[in-house]
Amino acid sequence: MNDPNSQLLILAIAAPLVAALVIALGLSDRPARVVAGVAFAIPAGVALWLWSRFPAYDAIPAGHMGFAFYSLHALGLEKMGIHLTLGLNGISLPLFVLAGVVGLAAGLYALQSGAERLRIYLLLLLVMQGGLMGAFASIDIFFFYFFHELALIPTFIMVGIWGTRSESENRYAAMKMAVYLTAGAMLSLIGLIAIYQKSGIESFDLINLRTALARSPMSVGVQKNIFGLLIFGFGILVSLWPFHTWAPLGYGAAPSSTAMLHAGVLKKFGLYGLIQIALPLLPAGGTSPVVIPLFGGVHTTWTGLLACLALGNVLVIGLVTMAQRDLKQMIGFSSVMHMGYAFLGLATLSVVGAGGVVMLMVGHGLSVALLFLLATSIHHRTQTFELSEMGGLAQKAPVLAALFTAATLASIGLPGFANFWGEFTIFVSLWGFSPWVTALAVTGIVISAVYGLRAVAKVFFGQPTPEFAKVAAARPPADLGLGERLPALILLAVLLLVGFWPRSLSDPVNQALRHSLSHSESAPVETILAR
Amino acid sequence: MPAAVTLSPLHDIAASNDWGAIFPELLLAGLAVLVLVLELVLPRTQRALIPALSLCGLAVILLGLGINFHTAYLNQDTFAGLLHHSEGGQFMRVFFVLTAMLVCLLATVTLERHAAPGAEFYHLVIVITAALMLLAQSNHFVLLFVALETVTVGFYILVSYFRTSSASLEGGLKYLILSALSSAILLFGIVLLYGVAGNRALPGATGEGMSFSALRGFLAANPHNFLANLGAVLVLAGVAFKIGAVPFQFWIPDVYQGAPTPVTAFLAVGSKAAGFAVLMVLALDVFRPLQAVIMPALSLMAVATILVGNLAALTQSNVKRLMGLSGVSHAGYLLVGVIAAYREPSAVGAVYFYLLAYLFASFTVFAVMAHVSGASDADQDLEHYANLARERPFLGAILAVGLGSLAGIPPLAGFMGKLLVFIFAFKAGLYGLLTVALVGVVISIYYYFGWIRAAFFPSRRALDFAASGAPVPAIPRVSGAVAVAMLLLAAASLVLGFYQGPLGAWLIAR
Repeated sequence: MNDPNSQLLILAIAAPLVAALVIALGLSDRPARVVAGVAFAIPAGVALWLWSRFPAYDAIPAGHMGFAFYSLHALGLEKMGIHLTLGLNGISLPLFVLAGVVGLAAGLYALQSGAERLRIYLLLLLVMQGGLMGAFASIDIFFFYFFHELALIPTFIMVGIWGTRSESENRYAAMKMAVYLTAGAMLSLIGLIAIYQKSGIESFDLINLRTALARSPMSVGVQKNIFGLLIFGFGILVSLWPFHTWAPLGYGAAPSSTAMLHAGVLKKFGLYGLIQIALPLLPAGGTSPVVIPLFGGVHTTWTGLLACLALGNVLVIGLVTMAQRDLKQMIGFSSVMHMGYAFLGLATLSVVGAGGVVMLMVGHGLSVALLFLLATSIHHRTQTFELSEMGGLAQKAPVLAALFTAATLASIGLPGFANFWGEFTIFVSLWGFSPWVTALAVTGIVISAVYGLRAVAKVFFGQPTPEFAKVAAARPPADLGLGERLPALILLAVLLLVGFWPRSLSDPVNQALRHSLSHSESAPVETILAR
Repeated sequence: MPAAVTLSPLHDIAASNDWGAIFPELLLAGLAVLVLVLELVLPRTQRALIPALSLCGLAVILLGLGINFHTAYLNQDTFAGLLHHSEGGQFMRVFFVLTAMLVCLLATVTLERHAAPGAEFYHLVIVITAALMLLAQSNHFVLLFVALETVTVGFYILVSYFRTSSASLEGGLKYLILSALSSAILLFGIVLLYGVAGNRALPGATGEGMSFSALRGFLAANPHNFLANLGAVLVLAGVAFKIGAVPFQFWIPDVYQGAPTPVTAFLAVGSKAAGFAVLMVLALDVFRPLQAVIMPALSLMAVATILVGNLAALTQSNVKRLMGLSGVSHAGYLLVGVIAAYREPSAVGAVYFYLLAYLFASFTVFAVMAHVSGASDADQDLEHYANLARERPFLGAILAVGLGSLAGIPPLAGFMGKLLVFIFAFKAGLYGLLTVALVGVVISIYYYFGWIRAAFFPSRRALDFAASGAPVPAIPRVSGAVAVAMLLLAAASLVLGFYQGPLGAWLIAR
């Protein structure tokens, strides 16, 4: 409790929110930029600092169940079992770091974007950033949800106002996102309330819940029902096939920094919720038999169903991604596709699988944010997202080309980048789950290599198309300026850091998962992550 | 001494007349008279003092209520059992005075814009407020009906206050007819209850069938009596008219649209809250023995209210109608809370919290609506909001907070209200109602967000509208006092959303 680091979490959450408030109170343009820049840097700094100070599991007080930097703030609903408890465990640490880093990059990119009404844009991004930091730092699952919604709302507004498509398309995308994501959030809210109520202790505190449910678990039937609610509730938020249609549309229309924060970080909330809440608290929920009232009754389990839908993400959306002609839309679809791997890892319910998902979330978050950032930079130079109207940009902008290539390779899952560890461990755990599913899922790598590399080739290599030549003649494209380069390099640096030194994250993940999933069978290969 | 014997009950009654118990209401009555006198006495140039004086008077009463919240009369009956003083009643008193202040504040904007006379308006608002306060504390059907009629008659005048506007007059007439019908239903129910309670053949029969305490005892002894159940259902139907629950919501869109904006706000918040205060006293306390009939009836009503309110609001482009129909859906969520309170008594606290959050959010939105309208007060279209955020960022931001809270988006108070209601509904095992409520919330996102979209997103269509349609009057400057009130309301929504503090603890602990 006396650890001064425990006060840093509230600082990381409050700094962007306070900055947003200050800007809202009518700060003029220049000071607003400075305030925003500082407010984006603070959470990132805190996240990296806490990462470096993160203790081993055994060094954390036993009562905190692996949550370091624990702090508790009373807000008036203690009688309802709602407290603002903050802390990080091995599962939330990587996401907290991800949120900090991507937030900083998105903020820096927004600062140089020259968006219309920049102050309001920054304000909304700051609210989003505060919500993200809060969501991953909350031990209380009520606040976990609360902060997620706080981060979610600005996205709709930003898509509507600063969208990159035509007016009617922006409006449609914003509306569709709003309705889909509210539906998903509502389903998961009911799931969370159900846990709160059925646990018998009427508390939202994850530590209390874990302790109580370890002693007297809920009945299998109840676990099963709540698990189903959470899978679909969180699943919609993570664009589980076939509830994914909001995602490519929304990301295609979203301004760059919004897409970076949403696709990179916010979307991981659902997966994080499943790993942090559903797997430990509902151990029997995923594996007990359920009957789907379709086609005369299909006998399966929630994890079986999840694996099938996830294969839909990988294969169906993979093929759809290959058919895209619009760069930003393609990145949007590819992010939907990669969520399929994450769901597959989850479906194994194993330490290795879940650990792989956490690693993939970090890798994918960083790489997709980088891709969205660079896609917008490409758009500035080519005035189009149409792949067929680009070509030969590498001659004019070699740094941009190199960064985009690196981001593409990372998202395919090349060793050396963070994504590799995630995908690799997921496939390893998946083999124990079902070799058939593994075989099908691995073909996804080929698919993503095809569309990724084809995009790189079309944008950067070959001869400039007549359209691009015309644009280039009117406004000769320069290479990445410092304002664009800095956020991109931050993202790439962390991608490589985790890629070459995965243990810095995988050790905490592994320790936390081994304790929270101690009830599930440990796969023999679980040592892979620890190695 | 036969005379003395027959007079002694009257002495008892007179002795129980604790005028101190209704001191706030008496002060309001005095204030109301003062407003009228001032209008006669003051020269025309000084009449601007009247709204200021009304506001100050209300503020003083609010302060007094706040300081003396735990009065000496708490949990006692006064006036020979006509009134019962409870913490819930005190909460509603504060609620109504706060509502009245905000209505008066909005009136300064709307009445000035449409050059309507002032003093009678403030007078009526204050009288209605006093009646609402008595209504929430009534413990006897006679007082309940008299207070209710005082409220309703006041609203007849207020709704049709713009004498030259056909929409306002139409609204007034519709309110008059439908309200009279609902009063008749209510009275019929009261009479049935009174009659059946006086039936000597039944156990626990009482001659005091109008008194809640006596009636409670009678109903407990006869939970399955058909006439008693019918009477209770009819009484609740009369109350349902006030809260705008389906199938008694038909008056809402037209009346809300026609009424001057402050009156619409008063109807939406004050009248609805009064309905819920009465409903909680009746359904949860007096009629509790009839639970087997009342609970399914209320559940059915809640489902219909949520669905009809939300679906009907989807298609509205006039924002006053939209507020009315979305208010219907809020009544539905509140009904869910009331039903949950049968099994989880603390749910009453959630209902109060929801009402408070609804008050803050609604007045935030109505305050913006008072400034943004077409040529007449009834003509308030979504198109009038085009580019509001760009041209008047203050109004845009305030509107966003209000709508966000109504839609139930964290970190605003409306979200906490919904969450508390949902938690209690879950605890009470009302899974079906909960599902319907969730569907309702998702639908509501569409139209609340559509409004925000109209105000915030760039729109070319709006320009066409402005070019073709009737000239739209410029949005007036927001006066200092109103701006401060709007800021405070928005801040209240924001703060209550993440810090409920002692208020939350008090509401839930009871």
